Amino acid sequence: MKIVVSSLLLAVLLSGCAEFAYKPVMPYERERLADPLMSLSRDPVSDTHLQHVQETREGARGGAGTGGGGCGCN
Amino acid sequence: MQLIASGFWRRLRDRLAIGVPALLALLPGQRAAAAVLPEERADTLYHLYDGGGQTVQGPALLVRKNFAERVSVTGGYYVDRISGASIDVVTNASKYTEERTEYSAGAELLHRDTSLSISYTDSDENDYQAQTLRIGVSQDLFQSRTTVALGYSSGRDDVGRVHTPFSEKANRDVYSLSLTQVINPTFLGNFAYEITADDGYLQNPYRSARVQGGTVPEIYPGTRTGHALSARLVKSWSESWSTRLEGRYYHDTWEVDAFNIGIGATHRLPRGWIVDASYRFYVQGAASFYSDDFDQPMNFMARDKELASFTGHTLGAKLTLPLARWDSGHVINGIDLSTAGYFMRLQYRDFTDVRDGDDYSFNAVIAQAFLTIRY
Repeated sequence: MKIVVSSLLLAVLLSGCAEFAYKPVMPYERERLADPLMSLSRDPVSDTHLQHVQETREGARGGAGTGGGGCGCN
Repeated sequence: MQLIASGFWRRLRDRLAIGVPALLALLPGQRAAAAVLPEERADTLYHLYDGGGQTVQGPALLVRKNFAERVSVTGGYYVDRISGASIDVVTNASKYTEERTEYSAGAELLHRDTSLSISYTDSDENDYQAQTLRIGVSQDLFQSRTTVALGYSSGRDDVGRVHTPFSEKANRDVYSLSLTQVINPTFLGNFAYEITADDGYLQNPYRSARVQGGTVPEIYPGTRTGHALSARLVKSWSESWSTRLEGRYYHDTWEVDAFNIGIGATHRLPRGWIVDASYRFYVQGAASFYSDDFDQPMNFMARDKELASFTGHTLGAKLTLPLARWDSGHVINGIDLSTAGYFMRLQYRDFTDVRDGDDYSFNAVIAQAFLTIRY
């Protein structure tokens, strides 16, 4: 019985998440999403440089979408 | 009770009616193509960093070209010309000048909603060489509302010391998982988890630790594993305004704990100019084997200020000017000129400036100027 209830709750949870993700965004609603103002990284070369400056001076690494390539900091 | 129960089952049925097909859409071959390749553009940038007694400047170039709407290739070139003397060098060695040159190449293949990518980066300086290979796969789901991406990179570093036969190696592997979600037509989120696994020679051959005021060579562990959890949210408020919020938590096996949070706003002016303003706060706790001055020799000893306790503030602004625009029939669609400036301040809590005995802090200025050509 516990397995049935757990499976049912999991199905409801997953379907709820999927419903949230699945509700269509129509093509005419994507104008804002395509606008450079909403880009997660509008200027990749600029963002890469700034992240490189930060990573060579901070102990934390990763999570910013860049990495590797030596440090230039010896 | 029966009404409540029937309401529950109706909601459940409705949810499953929408959700189950959505879950089925995860299966391959269920969706039409909707993903697109990144924008074709060429960026040429000049960058400058000036702070803490050190100046780093140089050019960078990044070019992306797409073919048949299925393949995208990139080529990159980046130079750091480093001069001056950071606090480590002031207290341990003499001023120096060196140059780091980085070349990168990559390709991305798009098939329906699946994208495969591979890239290679080669970085070379007189005492440090690094080669990194990255592979990745991403999948658009739910009519491109959700993008899931997996990535792996493998880095092989050769660490040297100028004018000596010193040579050591380090391996750096990175595993990443990210989810980008269109929350609604004006709200976008990106959530990422990244594991970095390093082994080999992970320290700097020039730097020293201090034991009761005397200098001794640093000794680092031979492995380090870090976990980074990050989130970025972008909200469009109108056709001319957007704001962003980002945060990251980091923890590793050297007991470095770090957190950063950033906010930003972007505004499009009537002439098409785009103005950005941003602020980023960073705070970090020291590594377990870091000390400003050890009481006695330890198995592992570090006095790298990057492993110390400190806070950082970065305030930035960027201006993008559209210089020219052409119709889609032309080879070039547009040219933009951008300039950016950042002011950064780092304040250390347990890293002493041995020149005056105070806690060390410094200010830095970061400047960028770049030209973007779209085609």
